[in-house]
Amino acid sequence: MSQPFQPFRLVVEALGVDRGGRRVIEGVDLTISAGDAVLVTGPNGVGKSTLLRALAGLGRPVNGSVRFEADGVGDPDEVGRHVHYLGHRDAVKPALTVRENLAFWQDFLGGEGGAPVEAALEVVGLLDLADLPAAYLSAGQRRRLAVARLVAVRRPLWLLDEPTAALDAASEMNLVRLMTDHIERGGAVVAATHLAIGLAGTRSLRLVAGETA
Amino acid sequence: MPPLVALYVRELRLSVRIGGGALMGVLFYLIVVTTFPFAIGPDLNLLSRLGPAILWIGALLATLLGLDRLFEADRDDGALDLMVASGQSLELLVIVKVLAHWTATGLPLVVAAPFLSLLLAMPVDVTIATVATLLVGTPALTFLGAIGAGLTVSLRRGGLLLPILVLPFAVPVLIFGVAAATAVAYDPAAFRTPFLLIVAVTLTAAAISPIATAAALRNGLD
Repeated sequence: MSQPFQPFRLVVEALGVDRGGRRVIEGVDLTISAGDAVLVTGPNGVGKSTLLRALAGLGRPVNGSVRFEADGVGDPDEVGRHVHYLGHRDAVKPALTVRENLAFWQDFLGGEGGAPVEAALEVVGLLDLADLPAAYLSAGQRRRLAVARLVAVRRPLWLLDEPTAALDAASEMNLVRLMTDHIERGGAVVAATHLAIGLAGTRSLRLVAGETA
Repeated sequence: MPPLVALYVRELRLSVRIGGGALMGVLFYLIVVTTFPFAIGPDLNLLSRLGPAILWIGALLATLLGLDRLFEADRDDGALDLMVASGQSLELLVIVKVLAHWTATGLPLVVAAPFLSLLLAMPVDVTIATVATLLVGTPALTFLGAIGAGLTVSLRRGGLLLPILVLPFAVPVLIFGVAAATAVAYDPAAFRTPFLLIVAVTLTAAAISPIATAAALRNGLD
C-alpha cells in the first residue's frame, strides 16, 4: 500500500520513570528494531502505560534514555516525531466532524506518506459517518477514529496502549491486520494489550512489580 | 495545511461550535457593562467618566472567564499528549493557541466595546481611545492567562485558581489602559505614555508567556 520504512532502532537504556512521586519503572533496557512486535504485559498498575508514555517522550525519565536511531535522524532524543502514541484517551473532539478530527491530526502530525483522510476512514469503516459530529460516535467508533490516525499519518513506530479497549471482534481483527501490515512494511509495534497477535517474531515484555523480566 | 495553521483553524472552529467559548465571553461582557448604568443611576457625567474603567473591567473579567478551558479541554481528551509528543515546538503551539483564543474571545470584546460605550454615554474620542487600548491590551491578558491555564491544567476545577494567579499580573494592563483612555478627555497628549506602556506589557507578555506556559505544560504531564 505504501513505501516500506527505512531501518531504525529505538534504544531504551536503564530507563527509570517516576509517577506520583513513586518509582514505577526501573532499569528497563530494550531495543526495538524495524519489524518487531513487542507485547507489554503485566498486572494492572505495574507501569505499562507509564512505560509507553515514557517511550513516546511524554514525561521526563528520572534516569536512563530513550533514543530513536535511523539514517537521516538528526536528533535521536526527539523520539516523539517518529512514533504514534495511542493512549487511553482518543483525542477526538466531539464538536468537530469525524472528517475534521482526522484531517486536523493529519495536518498537525504531518501527512506525507500517509493515506488520505477518506481512505483512512474507509479502512476503519467510518467513511459513512465522515460528516457526523464526533459527539454522536459510540466509544468503539471513537476508538476506530483514533486508529484511523495510525493509517493517515505515517510513523514507523506505533505505541499502543490497550488499543482494543471498546472495540468489537471485527474491529479487533481489523486492527491486528493493520498492525501486521505495518510490521511487514518494516514498522514496529509496541502494544500493552492482551490481544494475541498472530505474527512470527512477537516478543513479550512482562512487567512485574519491582522489576522487569 | 501547515501544522500550526491547522491548529489555528481547529481552535477557531471549536470556539464557534457547541461548547465553544467565543460567544460566552462577549455575552458576559454585555451583562457586566449593562448592569453598571442601573447601579450608578442617571448621572450621565459620572457614567461617562467611569466608562473606560467599566469597559476595561468587563473586558478583563470576560477574558478570564474562558481561559481555564484553554488547555484543559485538550488535556482531558488526550489531544495535549499527542501535541506534546508530536515533536512540534510547544512554545509555538502555545503562541498559536493564544492567538486563536484571542481571535475568538478577545477580538469580539474589542468590536463590542464601541456599541457598549453608547450605554455609558461616552464621548467619541474617549470611545476611540478605549477601543485602541483594548485592542493592544487584551492580547496581554490572554498571554498572561495562558501561563495560569498552563499551571492549573492538571488540577480538577482549577478555574477559580486561575484568576487569582493571573489577576496581579493583569492589574498593570488595567491601570495603563484606563489611564490612557481617561486621559483623552482632559489632555490628549497624556494618552501617549500609558498607551506605550500597555504596548510594552503586551510585548513582554508575548515574549515570556510562551516559554513559561510551555514549561508549565511539560511539568503538568504525568
